[in-house]
Amino acid sequence: MTTYENARRRSVRRRWTPGEALAGWGFVAPALLVVGGLTLFPAAWALVLSFRKWDGFSPQVGVGTQNYRDLLSDPAVLSAAWHTLLYTAMFVPASLLLGLLLATALNRRIRFIGFYRTAVFVPFVVSAAATGILTTYLFSPQFGLVNNVLRVLHLPQQGWLEDSGQALVVITLMSLWGQAAFTTVIYLAALQDVPHETVEAARIDGAGSLQVTWRVVWPQLRPVTTFVGVYLTLQALQLFDLVYATTRGGPLDATQTIVYLVWTTAFQKLQFGYGSAIAYGLFVLTLAVTVAVTVTQRRAARRTR
Amino acid sequence: MTSPAAPTSAPRVRPPASSLHRPRRRRRLPFSAWHLLLLPVAAVFLLPFVEMFLASVTPASDINRIPPGFWPSRFTVDGYARLFAESEVVRWLLNTVVVSAVAIASHLVLCSLAGYGFARLRFPGRELGFLGILATIMVPSQLLMIPTYVMFAKLGLVNDLGAAIVPWLASAFGIFLMRQFFLSLPAELEESGRIDGCSRLQVFWFVVLPLARPALATLAIFTLLGSWNDLVWPLVAINDEDAFTLQLGLTTFQGTRRTDWSLLMAGNVVATLPLVLLFLLAQKQFVATMASAGLKG
Repeated sequence: MTTYENARRRSVRRRWTPGEALAGWGFVAPALLVVGGLTLFPAAWALVLSFRKWDGFSPQVGVGTQNYRDLLSDPAVLSAAWHTLLYTAMFVPASLLLGLLLATALNRRIRFIGFYRTAVFVPFVVSAAATGILTTYLFSPQFGLVNNVLRVLHLPQQGWLEDSGQALVVITLMSLWGQAAFTTVIYLAALQDVPHETVEAARIDGAGSLQVTWRVVWPQLRPVTTFVGVYLTLQALQLFDLVYATTRGGPLDATQTIVYLVWTTAFQKLQFGYGSAIAYGLFVLTLAVTVAVTVTQRRAARRTR
Repeated sequence: MTSPAAPTSAPRVRPPASSLHRPRRRRRLPFSAWHLLLLPVAAVFLLPFVEMFLASVTPASDINRIPPGFWPSRFTVDGYARLFAESEVVRWLLNTVVVSAVAIASHLVLCSLAGYGFARLRFPGRELGFLGILATIMVPSQLLMIPTYVMFAKLGLVNDLGAAIVPWLASAFGIFLMRQFFLSLPAELEESGRIDGCSRLQVFWFVVLPLARPALATLAIFTLLGSWNDLVWPLVAINDEDAFTLQLGLTTFQGTRRTDWSLLMAGNVVATLPLVLLFLLAQKQFVATMASAGLKG
């Protein structure tokens, strides 16, 4: 403590020499240039573009807030937003629940546990492109494994990705397959941080294992759940790769997401201004969701305390 | 896993330890009912890989058979042969290796330098600079797609492998990760280096970096996963087939060769295998990396 205080006092009293300043900037400047140049600058430019109409070739035309007013009544935007929210509402809770269950099951010292963990973790390194192609194969109505199993069990065949009512569900299932490792790892780490003594004490006081889970372990996992929930929500709202590699937005636009719409608007229809406005709309939505979740969770945590 | 006839409540009698049957040093972990849950779970997670491999070695006539079978009638490497003969897959693989290698090397150098600078050096504008870095973490990537594309097009970078590389040179997350690590290192080591007459760069290179190996490994894995599997940016920035990355190449197959499943799956295996093998070799580090993504990201 005293060393820290001394160091602080010293640092306050001392001023930088030009040499030190140069050295400091020398260390951080290259990375700062790359990150700033590829993030802050384009983000500002996108904001400017979102108030313009531009196809990339002709002169840009300032249109004020027209793009933003358009997107609020554009059925394509509204349906893309709906699909994105629907996917988020399916993916995030399912991912948290699956991660929690898998972590609970994998958090024991039994034989072959290493094998089980590996099995759950490997899909995490597979790209969305490969997962997408695999999904198209597994869920093919004609020759896919899933329908083949249904056939053997004498259950009705499904259209899966070719059925506009089921495509988003299939994409959710395969995202869960690919991402399960992530939530599982986080919950595994959190479970191992739950103090043994607390659980023991509850047991001695006569709590059953359900009670221990619900009253002792779960409250300890709450902060992690909030954090991972927000993280997964941000990921889910940006769904693109898996859609591109499976349905390309179809059938009948049933899997058209916001980022997919940004991509088609900008790079197929060459509406750079309108595309930027949609992207900014998504950014606002993301911020709103993050703030809302964080605030409600904080409040809930305070209430239980 | 005994037969149902064996009474489970029978007293466990150990055979006397003779010189021939020594008790094993490591106690075998007991059988547990969790296996009944975990075995099917593992099967479900591994099944897609099995299907991917099987499809890649199944003759085309088998795949389109109705009703489809569960096991190929014979094995063939036809899909792989066509993949290598009819597509630029080797080139795409090389492109991807180049992108990932440059991304990792550059990330390791630039992010650890900047992380160290922000953690340990004092200079005017440090707080502001770091705040700027934190702010960029909030900016979603799809916001950047359009202006970055226009910017690269103006610089003549589009359609070039360079277009795929530049966004991967450094990242705010990498800087943040390395800064957090350097903050946790005791400063005394560096001070002793300074007293011995090393320059700042020498201290960084000879004292600090060797200690940072675990953090560097984590950063390398992040960068590898991100750059190897990236799809959206190459899709936006590259139209020339010679500069395709593996992931981009795979998705273009999908449109043109939708029916050629053994070729598609062979491509999938080629794109997936390197990372899966690496994962199996360095599982511990990978898992630590995933955890730090959630806990520090």
